[in-house]
Amino acid sequence: MTEHLSEQIEKTERPALLEISDLWVQYRAGGEIVQAVNGVSFQLHERQTLALVGETGAGKTTIAKAIMGILPDPPAKVVGGEILLDGDDMLKMKKDRLRKIRGARISMIFQDPMTALSPVYTIGNQIEEAYLEHFNVSRAEARKRTVELLNMVGISEERYGEYPHQFSGGMRQRVVIAIALACNPNILIADEPTTALDVTIQAQVLDLIYRLKEQNGTSMILITHDLGIVAENCDDVAIVYAGEIVEQGTKEHIFNETAHPYTKGLFGALPDMAGEDEKLHPIAGLPPSPSNLPTGCKFHPHCPNACSRCEKEAPPMTEISAGHYVRCFLAQEEI
Amino acid sequence: METLIETRNLKKYFSSPKGTLHAVDDVNIKINAGHTIGIVGESGCGKSTLGRVLLHLTDSTSGQIFYRGEDITDVPPEKMSALRQKMQIIFQDPYSSVDPRMYIEKLIGEALRNFSKAERQKKTLELMDLVGIPRRLIYSYPHELDGGLRQRVVIARALALDPEFVVCDEPVSALDVSIQAQILNLLNELQRAKNLTYMFITHDLSVVRYVSDEICVMYLGQVIEHCATKELFAHPMHPYTNALLSAVPVPRLSDKPLHREIIHGEVTSPINPPAGCRFVGRCPYASDECAAPQPLAEVTPGHYVACCKAAGVNQ
Repeated sequence: MTEHLSEQIEKTERPALLEISDLWVQYRAGGEIVQAVNGVSFQLHERQTLALVGETGAGKTTIAKAIMGILPDPPAKVVGGEILLDGDDMLKMKKDRLRKIRGARISMIFQDPMTALSPVYTIGNQIEEAYLEHFNVSRAEARKRTVELLNMVGISEERYGEYPHQFSGGMRQRVVIAIALACNPNILIADEPTTALDVTIQAQVLDLIYRLKEQNGTSMILITHDLGIVAENCDDVAIVYAGEIVEQGTKEHIFNETAHPYTKGLFGALPDMAGEDEKLHPIAGLPPSPSNLPTGCKFHPHCPNACSRCEKEAPPMTEISAGHYVRCFLAQEEI
Repeated sequence: METLIETRNLKKYFSSPKGTLHAVDDVNIKINAGHTIGIVGESGCGKSTLGRVLLHLTDSTSGQIFYRGEDITDVPPEKMSALRQKMQIIFQDPYSSVDPRMYIEKLIGEALRNFSKAERQKKTLELMDLVGIPRRLIYSYPHELDGGLRQRVVIARALALDPEFVVCDEPVSALDVSIQAQILNLLNELQRAKNLTYMFITHDLSVVRYVSDEICVMYLGQVIEHCATKELFAHPMHPYTNALLSAVPVPRLSDKPLHREIIHGEVTSPINPPAGCRFVGRCPYASDECAAPQPLAEVTPGHYVACCKAAGVNQ
């Protein structure tokens, strides 16, 4: 336990690799403004794995795309905030400088390996391309690196010249991982990397990502809706609801000292393989439409404990114990 | 207890340019009235095809299907429509299984064509109450509804004619957990209220534990393990079931380091499969005996496993 604590202290003292502060993103479509991300802040440290957890439409992928600088503009627009990479604001960088960072220092693994790969190039070609983009080397050298990467992700090098349609879903995701890791990035953003895969293949792919991450000392933002994956793969967790982080802390905070009513709701709704519960406890109603957010706390219409204050005032993010932040008046009162 | 549906040596083969694809291969199951049987397996194991063959949405290649003891394998089409009232299906994706140009009243009423207009309206409202769709949404189109409400529309359609048997083919896979919980609770309530018999097809082991009385695990067209739900989770015997259970990430922190048996390789092709065990290439316990066919055998009372090593794996 003390070892863990000192590790914790060490982690916070190190400067952040990536710092997102007060990020706001909107989509503007047909006169309607969709508030997708509303003041999100977090830091990513060296070797840390941070999970962004939330349901469909919570804004998780928008956050990831904003960091990568690949939001479709229009309709998306970053309307506020900073994304600092080693102290440099990525939102203010010129396009060619961003290109040098993207893929080399920060890369992304996408959810659906079928649409992330080009169907008309061989997989060897696509991995090589990522490497050649950032390193001024000969084709032969790039090919050597590609073979190395293929071995690393567990694809035999004879398949270098095959096309994505000749691979299964799990194998395709390995190709995507190879592309993402081609230039040894410091930061990896994995957006639901195993959602499209079967469980036994999911276990293989998660194991692979984890091993490579440890080997290369990569930091990772793992976007997922599966709390099981979070429990097994992450250090820290941020729960995203309606474009805001509503609870953030170490995974021990989130799993053992759950504080926000929405996080509690998520756990209650989960069918548990080992549990004995006969009835699930769904969260009443649905997440609010991001084009028509409620006033005050965004979760108050569905919160079992909401009071009149929650309707009017938006609760600030408060630290209820060291490193455990919650956006809820009631959780604050309890301490 | 009465057996509602029974299959004997049921097979469904598809011919493909490369050979014969064994989608469902020699499946024998009995489903008791009022019970839920869970069919679990990964993509391509034949679980959906099995459901479709039972409902005659696809013809079987050989074998027999019995409904309340009556052989319905080769029912003539005119008798089939009467049977269809008794057997319904809920599909996986509520976004593609409803007509986007019909509003709710029409969607649910479509199944009630044989009733008078007044009766149809009355029944539609009753069904909406039953599955928890607010009455004010009666003129809403599917695109105005979220996934959970759409799936309720699909459920209302399936239940319109008071069926006895419902095949639920991955009914919650497309939904978020909080909505998934609502739909699972609804399906459980409806079963109790209407004494429905479910065949619940899913790849999600945590969901199947919650809804099923008994479970069949399928691998490449064959049932490889079949027993009561509690028994399966307490004493899985087939190496594949073991691997499947240990592959599911558990949403809880534990002090013990994780012991996960990761099985290597991927599902082999269902085209012209070998005569022996189909899991042999990925199985950590495989040996020469596994090249022989592995019939489903009762290893402990009520627990059927298709593996010659079953007893050993459990210890």
